[in-house]
Amino acid sequence: MLNPISVAFIKAKQENRPALLTYTVAGDSSKKQSLNILKSISKNADILEVGVPHNTPVADGNQIQTSAYRAIKNGIKVNDIFKIVKDFKKFDKNKPVILMGYYNMIFQYGENKFLNKCNLSGVNGLIVVDLPWPENKNFAKKCKKKSIYFIQLLSPTTTKIRLKKIIKDSHPMNYFISMLSTTGGKLKISPKEIIKNYIKIKKIDPKKKVVIGFGITEKTIGKLKSADGLVVGSAICKEISRSLNHRQNPVTNVSKLVKELKSKIL
Amino acid sequence: MKLKKGIPVIDQGNKLGFWGGKFGGNFVPETLKKPIEDLEILFNKLKKDKKFIRERDKYFKNWIGVPTRFIKLENLTKHVGGAQIWSKVVSDANGGAHKVYNATVHCLLAKRSGKKVIIGDTGAGYAGKMLSMAARKFGLKCKIFMGAKDIARQQPNVKAIKKNGAEVVPVYSGSQTLVDAVSECMRFWVANCDTTAMCVGSTVGPAVFVRICGWSTSQISRELKVQLIDEFGSIPKKLKLYNCVGGGSSSFGFWNEFMDYDKKQCEFIGVEAGGPTKSKKHAAPLTYGSKIGILHGAAQYVNQNSDGQIEETESISAGLDYPGISPLHCFLKDTRRARYTAASDEQALNAYKLVTKFEKLRPSLEPCHAFAVAIAESKKLSKDTIVVVNSCGDAYKDRGILEKRLGKKYVKSN
Repeated sequence: MLNPISVAFIKAKQENRPALLTYTVAGDSSKKQSLNILKSISKNADILEVGVPHNTPVADGNQIQTSAYRAIKNGIKVNDIFKIVKDFKKFDKNKPVILMGYYNMIFQYGENKFLNKCNLSGVNGLIVVDLPWPENKNFAKKCKKKSIYFIQLLSPTTTKIRLKKIIKDSHPMNYFISMLSTTGGKLKISPKEIIKNYIKIKKIDPKKKVVIGFGITEKTIGKLKSADGLVVGSAICKEISRSLNHRQNPVTNVSKLVKELKSKIL
Repeated sequence: MKLKKGIPVIDQGNKLGFWGGKFGGNFVPETLKKPIEDLEILFNKLKKDKKFIRERDKYFKNWIGVPTRFIKLENLTKHVGGAQIWSKVVSDANGGAHKVYNATVHCLLAKRSGKKVIIGDTGAGYAGKMLSMAARKFGLKCKIFMGAKDIARQQPNVKAIKKNGAEVVPVYSGSQTLVDAVSECMRFWVANCDTTAMCVGSTVGPAVFVRICGWSTSQISRELKVQLIDEFGSIPKKLKLYNCVGGGSSSFGFWNEFMDYDKKQCEFIGVEAGGPTKSKKHAAPLTYGSKIGILHGAAQYVNQNSDGQIEETESISAGLDYPGISPLHCFLKDTRRARYTAASDEQALNAYKLVTKFEKLRPSLEPCHAFAVAIAESKKLSKDTIVVVNSCGDAYKDRGILEKRLGKKYVKSN
């Protein structure tokens, strides 16, 4: 059976648009609320990235840090995250879910046990921010055996030789970091420039899907439409924080935002 | 797991940067892979380059001021009545602590790589003070990341950093101490690694930073070896080297040149921060058996919960207040080359009282942890045992804490 992540890309391609990937932190601001957010955005998002919050995140900007600290403060544990995914899959079993986090959480849980739990709860892919290639070779192989995509990150600093090696080892989906930044930074370079770099990566192996992330908001998403997929994370986390600060319902506000994002790429 | 003889410990890691196959490594975001590799190539080349070594030694000698003193603490020895207690007064170094060696080397590397800006983390403020001082010396722009809690409790060093023309960036996330400062500094580097050099303030972080720092602070033991031979004619038969351990930069540098001696002749004792007696929190992952985890790009023993969240630490000394520990020390612990223990806040304060009562020496709260254990153990040791404590920082930065905890009379002479 084809991984639902690949199905999502096929479907988006048929509709002549990029796949929309959303990132929200599991347990932000509570277990129940983060599940409700996933349910409410699944109509418009093609792939759901669910953040595993960590308290020493070395690649996340303020917005995602705020969400992660809020979730941890509210008591989220790794097992709760699997539970959230499982409950979500009962609601929408074909929607692909990717867990994104830092390696220590997986290391402490135990790689094999973690992957078994991913299978049981319906996780389709993993992004591990601080487990780069070639350090991730073994773990990526384990993921493959469990039919879970291990998604490699590619950055503007990744050299051409390295790009080729990483892509050769990679699974059907890769993630291109748009610019030198932590998550949620302002776009430092033009969308045109980002697409130019993206095309260079695509040429190495056109069959593999490449999504672009970091710094994408409702303002810039429309200009990056030619990519296979686009990830929006910090803008959503920011909306959750804003809603909470204004005593508004984050579920409806985030749902509205994702709908708007979707309309920009149609 | 085995320590090899004849090869510097910093070079005993495997291809992926792991000591003993499991400590260290490079758990970093993809963006940092290239700048780290560039730094590795540069450092590996320059550490073999005689011209570069001469340049380093020139600045160490004329600017940092080497060697720092090696003195006998006569009165303290008499009072304790056991082993001979000596001190390597590393706080003599320009700026008042060992952090200056690493900072100087990082600035020299940054110059060679053509970077115009250098950033660094700091806990006690010494790493930041030294980096800002060296950056000014070498004409680099400098930014120092410091936890908001540490900014409040280490004001003299904060003032010094600003006076050196560097920007102090307060970090409000998490526990607002060193761990968060390092995270924020790394995040800044992720976003600016094309123009900016990063200095990690201790023997922690991705493998190359561990190596650069260990290579730099080893100046301490190079000097001590010469001084011991000058004083005793040879390396003493019973030598014990006591050093506080936070990240582990001063202790590693204090021990490095003695690594190949049998531990029966030359024993290393690392003293971690046990925190307040009444608190369950501590900064002593080696002493209290913390599990291996990933922190700031390296696998190490680290205080964490069962989920892998890094735990908050507590210590009177900002410089030791770190949940992890250098991969080098994890390696030295598991190969049993060094022995690790902890001293509490109260024991460190008592040691400060005792040392300053008997000697013209004012060790900061960090080395006071080492003094506490050295004094306690010296009582039971023979008179021909040579105990050396690395007094790696000066207490000037701690005057606020000392006044609050011990009263005005203990800071008057400052």
